[in-house]
Amino acid sequence: MSKSKGLTFKGGIHPTKDGKSLSSSAAIQDAPLLEEYQLIIQQNIGAPPKLVVAKGDEVKKGQLIAEAGGFVSVPLHSPTSGKITKIDNIPGPMGVPVQAVFIAADGEDQWGELMSPMDWKTAEPQAIKDRIRDAGVVGMGGAAFPTHVKLSPPPEKKLNCLILNGAECEPYLTADHRLMIEFPEKVLEGAAILGRAVGVTDIYIGVEVNKMDAIDTLLAKADKYGIKIVGLQVKYPQGAEKHLISAITKREVPTGGLPMDIGCVVQNVGSAAAVTDAVVEGKALIERITTVTGVPIKNPSNWRLKLGTPVLEAIKFAGGVVCEPAKIILGGPMMGFAQKSLQVTITKNSSGILLMKKDEITQYQSVACIRCGKCVDACPMNLQPGSLSAAIESEKFDLASKNNVMDCVECGSCAYVCPSHRPLVQHFRRSKAEIRKLTRK
Amino acid sequence: MTEETKQEVPAEVVAEAKPKAEMLLPKGNELVLSSSPHIHADEDVQKIMIKVIIALMPAVFAGMLLFGNAAILVILYCIAFSVAAEMIWCKIAGKPLDTVKDFSAVLTGLLLAMNLSAGVPWWLCLIGAFLAIWLGKQVFGGLGHNPFNPALVARVALLIALPKYMTSWIPTRFMNGDVTSYAQKFFTPEAWSNVLSGQLDGVTCATPLGVLSTTEKVLQNGQGVFDNIDNLPAYWQYFLGNMSGCLGETSAVALLLGGIILILFKLIKWQVPVFYVGTVAIFTTVINYFFPGVTPPALFHVLTGGLLLGAVFMATDMVTSPMTKKGAVIFGMGCGIITCVIRIWGNYPEGVSFAILFMNSLVPLIDRFATKKPFGYNVRDDKKGAKA
Amino acid sequence: MEIFIAAVIAMAAVGIVLGAIIGIAAKVFKVEVDPRIDLVTELLPGVNCGGCGKAGCADFAKSIIEEENSPSKCPVASQEQVSSIAKALGIEVGDAVKKVAVVFCGGDHNQEKIQTLYNGVNDCVSASLIAGGPKGCAYGCLGMGSCARSCPFNAIEMVNGLAIVHPHLCVGCGACIDTCPRNIIDLAPQDAKVHIYCSSPEKGAAKMKVCAVPCIACRKCVKAGEEDQFTIEGFNISVNYETEKLVDKSIFENVKCPTGCLLTEAEHIKIEEAQNSEVA
Repeated sequence: MSKSKGLTFKGGIHPTKDGKSLSSSAAIQDAPLLEEYQLIIQQNIGAPPKLVVAKGDEVKKGQLIAEAGGFVSVPLHSPTSGKITKIDNIPGPMGVPVQAVFIAADGEDQWGELMSPMDWKTAEPQAIKDRIRDAGVVGMGGAAFPTHVKLSPPPEKKLNCLILNGAECEPYLTADHRLMIEFPEKVLEGAAILGRAVGVTDIYIGVEVNKMDAIDTLLAKADKYGIKIVGLQVKYPQGAEKHLISAITKREVPTGGLPMDIGCVVQNVGSAAAVTDAVVEGKALIERITTVTGVPIKNPSNWRLKLGTPVLEAIKFAGGVVCEPAKIILGGPMMGFAQKSLQVTITKNSSGILLMKKDEITQYQSVACIRCGKCVDACPMNLQPGSLSAAIESEKFDLASKNNVMDCVECGSCAYVCPSHRPLVQHFRRSKAEIRKLTRK
Repeated sequence: MTEETKQEVPAEVVAEAKPKAEMLLPKGNELVLSSSPHIHADEDVQKIMIKVIIALMPAVFAGMLLFGNAAILVILYCIAFSVAAEMIWCKIAGKPLDTVKDFSAVLTGLLLAMNLSAGVPWWLCLIGAFLAIWLGKQVFGGLGHNPFNPALVARVALLIALPKYMTSWIPTRFMNGDVTSYAQKFFTPEAWSNVLSGQLDGVTCATPLGVLSTTEKVLQNGQGVFDNIDNLPAYWQYFLGNMSGCLGETSAVALLLGGIILILFKLIKWQVPVFYVGTVAIFTTVINYFFPGVTPPALFHVLTGGLLLGAVFMATDMVTSPMTKKGAVIFGMGCGIITCVIRIWGNYPEGVSFAILFMNSLVPLIDRFATKKPFGYNVRDDKKGAKA
Repeated sequence: MEIFIAAVIAMAAVGIVLGAIIGIAAKVFKVEVDPRIDLVTELLPGVNCGGCGKAGCADFAKSIIEEENSPSKCPVASQEQVSSIAKALGIEVGDAVKKVAVVFCGGDHNQEKIQTLYNGVNDCVSASLIAGGPKGCAYGCLGMGSCARSCPFNAIEMVNGLAIVHPHLCVGCGACIDTCPRNIIDLAPQDAKVHIYCSSPEKGAAKMKVCAVPCIACRKCVKAGEEDQFTIEGFNISVNYETEKLVDKSIFENVKCPTGCLLTEAEHIKIEEAQNSEVA
């Protein structure tokens, strides 16, 4: 167990208003039961799950709603007991309508048959991975990549290091922070289970040093599992996978590669807690901790929300608003997605619901780059955002590709510091879409 | 179930039983859609321009102190004409007046004034301002598109077109000798008329670099060739600014103060001025060591001429300097070498403007080759780099 | 005087020597080119729009002669131009059906019921990446004008946030079809004068929530028309352009389309332009 200040990565920014004080002392509350849940079917990257229920079916809490649609896919389970009223389209978090299962809760909130608790200390690693898959665990930090796939690299890639991401570098979000303070055992046990699943004994949990209470809480119990708690410098995007690995292990993920190429695997602390629930208690992933926060919110707080909770209901739990918001963001302010409908619902990777007032939001302008170079200093991937965006504006996508625009992680550090308020991240997302279209042709 | 007896319900109970004030819910009809990130640093172009203008203030005050009302007038004319030129162009081109509101025209005008002699007539300021804004910036597409420093474009154009006016240096008020009475003229309103009418009577004074260029250079046994300009009391005057020259370039102490402000506020890349001045110092030291009659020692070169103004304010202009730190080093060194070559062997006494303009033209090339390797480039297996 | 003569002689000598070098080089390094390529290039319209899929008219001429490409592939060339090329080369060419592009959406700003303020890059692909764009319908025209900017013939006009193709200016080169991220622009025969301006596969009730002129698949047009004149795809109906007997303009009078998505080309343009003049 060590408590060193990890050498952080080059670049990055320090958001002046980190907004965490709004909700960092709010203990996690269980959300009251709603009358209806609208469960979006595709909640993972990869193949969409296949429905196994139909309209009119009665389901129990944790019952299988859809089975995995392939290897890179996970099953979906019901968040409560009730009846399926319809299967229809609702606005999705990316703005495109997505198919959802409407479940009318019967008020009992009864668990169905739980999976059998496993003794993970003696279980086979493959059995642990199968259980993780059967519980529907995905990356809950935002990526929603099926966890069991991440834990199953091809045989030639040997894993030797497991890192748990407790950095939570996004401003305003405090869900992981509260999870580490209130349920440190779950996080640590989850880390140990994951370690056994991939056969790794070198386990770290990286936490930014602005969460000293979380670090102390974890340190008090980490000895038992032999897990190292590492303090990280407070910088954005410290929680980005590649930079977390670079800060803790000093290894760099190769361009175009994955952490498994250098023997590392990274998991969010929320995913680790879900793994504990799945393995030790046999519970499927049906709820997650979400921060409902922002200046317009009356009582910014952290909630354990069931999947399929509409955003409007979550805002009601937090006491409603004090003024009309100009933005509703799923996720954090740096990488979250602005929504245009209040009817979107919570999915497995919705780490935060952030509302923003009109005067807080960035106003982007299409003015020229003044070549100040602040974006070059801020970029954690060592790219040149200013030159790239100029090339993209002239639609020179092959030039942008040559200058490694595909390496961009869309963290938003460049657009945050740009004095001309240029929409840099939007340029890069467009460029990536166009380059993928060209390479597919 | 208990039996309920009919009773009069007191008023307070009724009041408490009323539903609490309605929870205010978002209607979602005033939403703004934009890409992430949704927050921004408290930085914009106007703030940067204002901070640079503040950093220029010590040098502006030094110029006003040394050269009197003439300097004040030149500064005001340059700023006013620059802003006017920008507004006229924006009107003609149908562009919004953003570049006027963000003080970039004011900054260009101020920098142009710093590069002019205090004795220039008002119409020269007018021509210079229009050259700087129109030829130096707007024909390329406006702010951010120009490859050359606008104030230097104007200065060089004026120097070549109107050399007599551009090299008519007036002495400072603190200089001794028969120039004192001439200098004092620039501080009394009555004797203003000559200046305002553009007539240059009386004594004009040579700058130290001007004196250097007229001094016979000696290749062998060159000790003591430059003693009249290379002596300790003279250095103190150079440091304070008590020498003739452009109204912004004389006072080394004020410019150094401005440079410190710029670096503290992270407005410029410190590599540019440090490597520029450093290269000049090293180059001239080497030449002076082996051939003392060819050029005075480094300290002379650093303190005289427009080197400090050029290194701190002109070469560091964001739009026309490289975007990477490595590029800034190359840029500074290149400027330094060219400045020395022009000063020692070239026809012009001062080489800073030409050196900076020359390196400005090389900046796109420098940017292309001085890029950092992307994160994880050095550990990749295949040589192809990033995959789609 | 001597200097003058010397100068003239010197310049003449230099000119003769250089000219000789160029002449020899032209003969020695000459590339054999089929003279027919130049002939066909002359006969082609010469717009270099790329609508044929080749890099300009000269490249297309080369492909006609070397790869036996058909001259009717040129969407800009008129029937006379195609026949004259065919005659010059002595080949047979069939009649090609002239096609023009149509934007299958009627959702301008007045018809969209849900709109958010959009703050970002003024380009359709970029806007579609931000929550599907500012309009409520996830399948309709984004209105940022990328197609209009990509049209080499300026045939697309942006009216009130909707792209309208002017058929008399369109030559069917297909540049707009590649640009549109929603894939709602498609080619239709020039003779087809009636279109259903909706591309959304959503259910009618869902569509009505976000737009005032969607196709709700009520099938009034299908019943009024003849067999095969309309194609039904889920909750969206479209005109069948492959039939022998294309839908006639009179159907617009006979069928009072309840939402106003079945329109003749002329009517569609008239409605949009009328709004334009209101706004102006």
